[in-house]
Amino acid sequence: MSEKRVLIVGGGLAGLAAAMKACELGLEVDIFSMVHVKRSHSVCAQGGINGAVNTKGEGDSPYIHFVDTIKGGDFLADQPPVLSMCEAAPAVINMMDRLGVTFNRTPEGLLDFRRFGGTLHHRTAFAGASTGQQLLYALDEQVRRWEAEGKVRKFENWEFTRLILDAEGKAVGLVAQDLATMEFKSFPGLAVVLATGGPGLMFGKTTNSTINFGSATAAAYKQGVWYGNPEMVQIHPSGIPGSDKLRLISESARGEGGRVWVPRKKGETRPWNQIPVEDRYYFLEERYPLFGNLVPRDIASREIAEICVKEGLGIGGRDAVYLDLTEKDEDFLLHKLGAILEIYEKFRGVDPKKVPMEIYPAYHYSMGGLMAGYETDAEGKMLKGSPLNQMTNIPNVYAVGEADHQYHGANRLGANSLMSCIYAGLVVGESVSALSKNDKASSAASSLLESEQKLEEEKYKKLLAQDGPENPFVIHKELGEAMSKNCLIERHNQDLVKLRDTVQGLEERLKKASSLDKSGTGNMSAVFLRQLDGMITMAKAVVEGAILRDECRGAHYKPEFDNPAPAKETPIDDPAWTAYYEKFLVQSKEWLRTTIAKYDGAKALPTIDYKPVDARHLSPEPRDYTGVGKKAWAKFKASRQAQGQA
Amino acid sequence: MSKNVEVRIKRQDSPKAPAYWEEFSVPYEDGMNVISILQAIRRDPRNKAGKAVTPVTWESSCLEEVCGACTMVINGKVRQACTALVDQLQQPISLEPMSKFPVQRDLRVDRQRIFENLKKINGWIDVDGYHGQGAGPRQSPYDQEVTYKFSECMSCGCCMEVCPQFTIDNKFIGAAVIGQTRLFNMHPTGKMHQQKRLDAVTDIGGIQDCGLAQQCVKACPKKIPLVEAIGSVQRQVTVSQVFGVLSKRA
Repeated sequence: MSEKRVLIVGGGLAGLAAAMKACELGLEVDIFSMVHVKRSHSVCAQGGINGAVNTKGEGDSPYIHFVDTIKGGDFLADQPPVLSMCEAAPAVINMMDRLGVTFNRTPEGLLDFRRFGGTLHHRTAFAGASTGQQLLYALDEQVRRWEAEGKVRKFENWEFTRLILDAEGKAVGLVAQDLATMEFKSFPGLAVVLATGGPGLMFGKTTNSTINFGSATAAAYKQGVWYGNPEMVQIHPSGIPGSDKLRLISESARGEGGRVWVPRKKGETRPWNQIPVEDRYYFLEERYPLFGNLVPRDIASREIAEICVKEGLGIGGRDAVYLDLTEKDEDFLLHKLGAILEIYEKFRGVDPKKVPMEIYPAYHYSMGGLMAGYETDAEGKMLKGSPLNQMTNIPNVYAVGEADHQYHGANRLGANSLMSCIYAGLVVGESVSALSKNDKASSAASSLLESEQKLEEEKYKKLLAQDGPENPFVIHKELGEAMSKNCLIERHNQDLVKLRDTVQGLEERLKKASSLDKSGTGNMSAVFLRQLDGMITMAKAVVEGAILRDECRGAHYKPEFDNPAPAKETPIDDPAWTAYYEKFLVQSKEWLRTTIAKYDGAKALPTIDYKPVDARHLSPEPRDYTGVGKKAWAKFKASRQAQGQA
Repeated sequence: MSKNVEVRIKRQDSPKAPAYWEEFSVPYEDGMNVISILQAIRRDPRNKAGKAVTPVTWESSCLEEVCGACTMVINGKVRQACTALVDQLQQPISLEPMSKFPVQRDLRVDRQRIFENLKKINGWIDVDGYHGQGAGPRQSPYDQEVTYKFSECMSCGCCMEVCPQFTIDNKFIGAAVIGQTRLFNMHPTGKMHQQKRLDAVTDIGGIQDCGLAQQCVKACPKKIPLVEAIGSVQRQVTVSQVFGVLSKRA
């Protein structure tokens, strides 16, 4: 009997979109999630979802969305899936609207769109300040509809621990653990879809949820699934420092006139409102007179870190700078920014209309992820309905959402994450449907299901029995601090090499850690040993990828290898600009390639390989958000081509 | 000089085990919330007397008050632990699991009942399919403001915890689920299928069990107008029953 059940791990946007699509196509689904799916990390997305619906008469189009996305990602993304996503995006937004998402409306009752970073168009549909939550709920409701029809079984508060692979190396099921009873169970299925989100918690305190261990990714990676571009992680400049996590204050606070400053004098002891203007250092405005407080995310993050870490000017000597809205009229603030200011007040207990907010950059998102593949059609787009779309290198294992590496290259544009999650989920629904029709009937032998379950039970028993002197939660704190300090905003090879040793040291200490809790009910500590092992495993891939990539690309910033554009604003035929372009071409030739991290159990460190980027539609060019170099680059390229032909 | 935060936690080792109180004292940090207290305890799991104990089990996810996971009873009031700031709480801070849902362990409860009830009321829009069908139905910005508020409901269960009619072992569906009925019945497509929801919402444990104590609306962390929703759905029920009777007579 051929197995028609799809196993989906993760119940965020990607997992739920996959589940509802697979059900529509006649399959049955088991969903595994560490929390009730309605509490998945997708709820944290605030801003919106991108799609060139073009209802503002701006001439926006999916192709422009594609160009913005590729350029925003510094050309590291394979282009066919991105093109297909951007083409599908308007229909996806319309579908989500039909599912009942409470999107904001125009006076005519149409969907409203706002502007976001990296584009000149109103392309972002939004539902108040909680778009991710609203989208997730609509998908959750559809999946509940299928659940009521008996097509979906949910295993919530369960954790995926292992793929079950048959003798040919093909996935035929998985093993998961019930986090309430701590029991393991094997599940047979025709495919395993990993929609397990990002691995953010390896960076300690981040904008991520408390469930973003990346441990599911690590389990699959350890069983041979390749991991793409691990070093590509995104930082958001305005995190709110917190003792438990870092929440975000939206970029719109700066967009509406928020000013970033620190006291000019090191060791300043006066409270903020007694520091006169001449003693305030509005460092972004002074250093970037043109863009001021609205420089791109990566630049703002680096400047804030430099002010605090290198120049020691952080507020009270801490890692924090002021984001000041107190000069603005209170009514104006309430009207424009009410919802986000309320969040700040709720969590910090201080009214940001009266007292400047304190911010510091925070780890936010992973562009890298499990390597998902695709098949192309004659036009160089994803071949619709191919069972290979979103499939990893292990047959019948798929990756979607933040867990995949597919859509954002070296840097993600705001509001593209929600689209990529839902889109990839819908695509994988079609992939598994195709697979169910094509695949030779195969099902997991019951002996295999039993032995794999047994294996996981034995491993857990060992974890439970661990009784060393180390506390795993302390090791995690140290991991997060080391990763955030050395592998986030700015990267230097000598720091990264030391970090590699630090991470390996933590791995050794983990072996001497205690499970802290021997009980057989709701044991969060013993499973944390496994989750932390996963974080350390993936951290090693991130660090190794970062060490080897000797260039600056997107979010990956190594000052030693920077190739900044010359300051002169007359680039045509300027020798400095020509030299800049020359260097760009050399670096592109060497580094326009996808990092592939492969786990090798016999070795302490991952094996790193590379593959060329599929850039069949757009050739790489220097990222230029000023417009200054556009004509010069075209002329330079034309002269190069002429030389090449000569 | 280091300050400490004093905490009392109502613990329970397993679903059937007896509950007991345990006291903890953890170092104070600037900006601390209840989550960071629990995190501090697991990094050094000893009670106030210095005895090694198991770390406390609780549920959490977003820590931004949009997922509903970390709901518990803090100083006698049901709320999310992430927005419970230590500086605003009387000490010793007491933490208890919600009382209207079965305890799994310590502060962790099983709220599956909420999701089962959402299933019961047909809490979704009955679309034809997930293929491209063009734009959705138009809605006024005013309607969007109303529906958005209801759609912020994160199924946390605060409204059920404070409701005198909602007990751990009866069938009442609770205010949040009635609020969701209101949401789906207001949607242009959802409205076409409202009778199914009204039938479900007047079934055993339905809206008729509401005692109008109006505690739900006070406890809702998202300030969702639950009492308004109960009134509105009640009117829909009445109208449908009257029309039902009339149409049978005709």
